[in-house]
Amino acid sequence: MSNLKILINGVIKENPTFVLLLGMCPTLGTTSSALNGMSMGLATMFVLICSNIVISALKNLIPDMVRIPAYIVVIATFVTVVQMCMEAFVPALYASLGLFIPLIVVNCIVLGRAEAFAAKNGIIPSAFDGIGIGLGFTLALTLLGAVRELLGTGKLFNLTLMPEQYGSLIFVLAPGAFIVLGYLVAIVNKLRKA
Amino acid sequence: MFLSLTIICVVAGAILAGVNMYTTGPIAATKAAALEAAIKAVTPDFDNKPTDEAYMAATADGDSLKIYPAKKDGAIVGAAVESNTKKGFSGEIRVIVGFDTEGKLLNYSVLQHAETPGLGAKMQEWFRTDKNRQSVLGRKLADGELKVSKDGGDVDAITAATISSRAFLNAVNRAYSAFSGADGLTGATQSSDNTTKEGGNDNE
Repeated sequence: MSNLKILINGVIKENPTFVLLLGMCPTLGTTSSALNGMSMGLATMFVLICSNIVISALKNLIPDMVRIPAYIVVIATFVTVVQMCMEAFVPALYASLGLFIPLIVVNCIVLGRAEAFAAKNGIIPSAFDGIGIGLGFTLALTLLGAVRELLGTGKLFNLTLMPEQYGSLIFVLAPGAFIVLGYLVAIVNKLRKA
Repeated sequence: MFLSLTIICVVAGAILAGVNMYTTGPIAATKAAALEAAIKAVTPDFDNKPTDEAYMAATADGDSLKIYPAKKDGAIVGAAVESNTKKGFSGEIRVIVGFDTEGKLLNYSVLQHAETPGLGAKMQEWFRTDKNRQSVLGRKLADGELKVSKDGGDVDAITAATISSRAFLNAVNRAYSAFSGADGLTGATQSSDNTTKEGGNDNE
């Protein structure tokens, strides 16, 4: 498989949110606005790329029996790095994503790709897989956030597109996340089959 | 097996220690800057450093809150009180409230909350909007605690978020309680008497 194919595979064919349905907790929790969704996607993408590279580089040194704890340590390290850098340099973003950043550690997408891809492939393809899956996750979260923000508050990336009273608050709250996600999964699957 | 896991953990620990050392400074700086900006937003013009002169003052309900005195040319012109409440709809609400020497509420800023977006989360704007009886700015808390109209008070609660509104007013009332209990903050004559006393507090 060429690197480009791996990348596209992550975005479309194996889109973590719409096709694999992995990592639903941050997907539903952080997408109350397009910007939050995108930031969460980018943070996850950074962790995914770094952990994929390191794990594929170390795959021959890590004994099979302790591979899961080893992967988790690697992933947790990168997540903590992201968290500390975010708190130091973009405090506003850190305030709004807050709790969900440490949760990237247990995001099944990251561990899933480490186990399913990085542990079996070379460094370069693993990096591309990280970019592809990360990009797919980011796009999905941004789309979900954008739909919820628009329907809920009439804004898009904080730009007002329609007056707020036309928005329906439920889309910003948890039930709206499930409703929008359900419809988006259905639409994406329909388009993929067509 | 144990060796490789140990090595991975040691390396990870070293990386984290390095990043931690590198980010501790900026994290503290951004927090201090945010606090300073919040104090500036809620108090009258001052020329001292309120964060350096901060002290704790007791509230009527036995808790104590941090007070940041604002001084101009050595005289106290007001103070910012960092208050909190656990009566919110979800999680702690932290606000900073500014009073002048007459105990008039000048401004407030919500530092942290986890209220429902679109409902309770409106508190940052709602209680400063000059509409009906929404605004709490300019109110004198010496005349009595602030209460939402549902509880017989004269503040309009956020639509469909009475619990969050009550919690917010609770935090403001607690702030005033600490402010009025602290020495040398209320009363114009008192504050000028205190000009020679740096820090101006008796209750350490």
